Amino acid sequence: MKMYLRFLWRCFRLSFVGDWRYYAWMLLLSVIVLLGLNAYAKQLVYGLVTTGMTDQVSWGLYIANFTYLVGMAAAAVMVVIPVYIYGRRELHDLVIFGELFAVVAIIMCLLFVQVDLGRPDRFMHMLWRFNFPVSMLTWDVIALGGYLLLNLHICGYLIYCAYRGVHPSRRFYIPFVFIAIAWAISIHTVTAFLFVGLGGRPFWNAAIIAPRFLASAFAAGPAFIILTLQVIRRYAGYHVGDDALKLLRNIVTIALTVNMFLLICELFTEFYADSAHIVSIKYLFFGLHGHYGLVPWIWTATVLNSIALFILYLPFRRSLRFMNIACVCMIVGIWIEKGMGLVVPAFIPSPLGELVEYQPTLNETLVCLGIWAFGLLLYTIFVRISVPVLTGRVTADDASESHSVPR
Amino acid sequence: MTSEDQLVATGGRDNLTRRSFLRGSLGAAGGAAALAAAMSPLRHMDTEDFTVEKFLQKHYKEMSPSDMEAVLERIRGEVEKRYAIRPELRDIKANDGVEFAYALHLGRCIGCRRCVHACVAENNTSRSPEIQYIRVLEMPKGSIDLEQGRHDYDRPKVPDPDHYYMPIQCHQCANPPCVKVCPVEATWQEQDGLVVIDYDWCIGCRYCEAACPYWARRFNFAEPQVPRENINPNMAYLSNRPRKQGVMEKCHFCIQRTREGRMPACLEVCPVGARKFGNILDPESEVSQILNNKHVFVLKEEVGTLPRFFYYFDEDYPRSESLVSLPVISGGGHA
Ligand code: SF4
Ligand code: SF4
Repeated sequence: MKMYLRFLWRCFRLSFVGDWRYYAWMLLLSVIVLLGLNAYAKQLVYGLVTTGMTDQVSWGLYIANFTYLVGMAAAAVMVVIPVYIYGRRELHDLVIFGELFAVVAIIMCLLFVQVDLGRPDRFMHMLWRFNFPVSMLTWDVIALGGYLLLNLHICGYLIYCAYRGVHPSRRFYIPFVFIAIAWAISIHTVTAFLFVGLGGRPFWNAAIIAPRFLASAFAAGPAFIILTLQVIRRYAGYHVGDDALKLLRNIVTIALTVNMFLLICELFTEFYADSAHIVSIKYLFFGLHGHYGLVPWIWTATVLNSIALFILYLPFRRSLRFMNIACVCMIVGIWIEKGMGLVVPAFIPSPLGELVEYQPTLNETLVCLGIWAFGLLLYTIFVRISVPVLTGRVTADDASESHSVPR
Repeated sequence: MTSEDQLVATGGRDNLTRRSFLRGSLGAAGGAAALAAAMSPLRHMDTEDFTVEKFLQKHYKEMSPSDMEAVLERIRGEVEKRYAIRPELRDIKANDGVEFAYALHLGRCIGCRRCVHACVAENNTSRSPEIQYIRVLEMPKGSIDLEQGRHDYDRPKVPDPDHYYMPIQCHQCANPPCVKVCPVEATWQEQDGLVVIDYDWCIGCRYCEAACPYWARRFNFAEPQVPRENINPNMAYLSNRPRKQGVMEKCHFCIQRTREGRMPACLEVCPVGARKFGNILDPESEVSQILNNKHVFVLKEEVGTLPRFFYYFDEDYPRSESLVSLPVISGGGHA
């Protein structure tokens, strides 16, 4: 126990040590976090009028980011699957980076839900009167909470073992890894059901939403991990082989292809049949009665995703630089597609046919940026701690010799 | 890692500790100051809304009569303090043998919006930002496609001969999607069919607002403002007592009136008698007669919500009594 506390203490200290680039980066993130906190404080005082949301469009950027991040969290397991199911042992350590990423993404998800509430002070009403299993939102809370615990356990255990220099006992984490894989699909599906289950919103009430959700997440998530692994390799002095990146690239390529295919299916069904269900999607892609709020967004997303797909199928995808461009395109493209493209249009027009558009406010945007910065801050700290531990530069043995200097 | 190596190389432990201590405390002080500055808007927070008492308040269905009395007394005090008027506030339960229904005569409605304003006055809804439970649509003749409706029609004279008017408010669905989705059971259906909200339990997630196919719910995006002189002191816990910022509200068929045998405010004010309200379990009531003898329909029947709000046009038509029965919307709910 004492040893564990010391481990935590040393982790804490470790997160304050680094070179100037580390400090600059952390300072930048901290400033953004504080700006976000300030914006949130204003929202708490004056209410959700500080956002662009209205009775017509009652969910906006917050839920959009939430949806996107659920996908990112679930996608972390795409790194895990090859390692444990296909036995690619050499990628073993990458699992930790993937799962740490999942932990951070879930924490951000929970923050986004929290800032979306009109009465965050009553959050514990969830515990007193939990409308389970009827409300999908309660399912989501269970799914996200469980996923967070699972991943915390797996990473925490592996890192602590490395710290103590003992071999992790398979019994203590392999079963959890498999549960986490299944669980990842479930957090995603449940989040999709949150939208799909609403009969009064034809735009969401379609079976294709859940599979599209999975496909796009399995593209954007690993794309993000590809980028982080390169950053880790470059700045944290941790060896990550090109093999790992290639494997992830293949996953991303397949997922993005499936996503684009499903998009085409969706567009065809909607536009060819030209039914009443079409208004929202028409608004999204082409605008309606002189309202074009989302049109530039969705076309940007579509173009970015197409560029990414194009690059991934050409021979020069082998060059890291091009692969990175594809990843960035995809991360942004899917963010728009899942955020602005999935959440907002379902509210436009309103169920009574009223066309009210949604425009995020500055305050709302700052809150979002604050949460993202907080997530990156956490992830940086996690990586900062786990790299020296995993590479054996910080172990339990040296703790007794020197308290302050990590080697 | 380079900097760590440097640290190790350049300083002995003492040196390092001192330096990092200095740097650490400077950093901590700066951080704390920045944090305090960031949170400073909280100064303007209305702290009265965050008392221990409120924090511990139970869910409506778990409150004993004495719990309820204490809560009611607290709310009376709050209203008195804020609006300088002692409200007649009580918790009115549903009556046995009653299931309410509303019927609206589309052939008569002239679109004057008097119901909208009577509702605002009766139910103490916010004047700024403006919250209205009833929306009247101006529809082109020959269509019931809501997208053809105009929300913001503004004519010197109504009705316009080429249009008809369709008021829409909460339909008190017998199979309410809004109730299904609420994660904390802050909204539920009572035994007399009314779908109500406990404003002290709602967490403001707005999931119900997304779920309602009739756009009946309204959210308090800001602190609701009602001028003192306009407060209606006749209040019930589940209906028109003043709400707070950050919670959901909607039409509840005027619980403070109808559960005591009166008619809803929107009905009383209607100049052409387009609105009919009553107990559907009583075959003699006017609504029962209408449901039996008129061409009634419900909005968006296909979403399966089973509204208790019916629309009809005029003509009586002969039907063989043996072939029809009253449209049954049972379920009553789990109050
Ligand atoms: S009309 Fe909307 S708010 Fe009213 S009961 Fe039906 S779903 Fe709920
Ligand atoms: S806004 Fe309130 S009533 Fe509506 S679903 Fe959320 S907690 Fe329930």
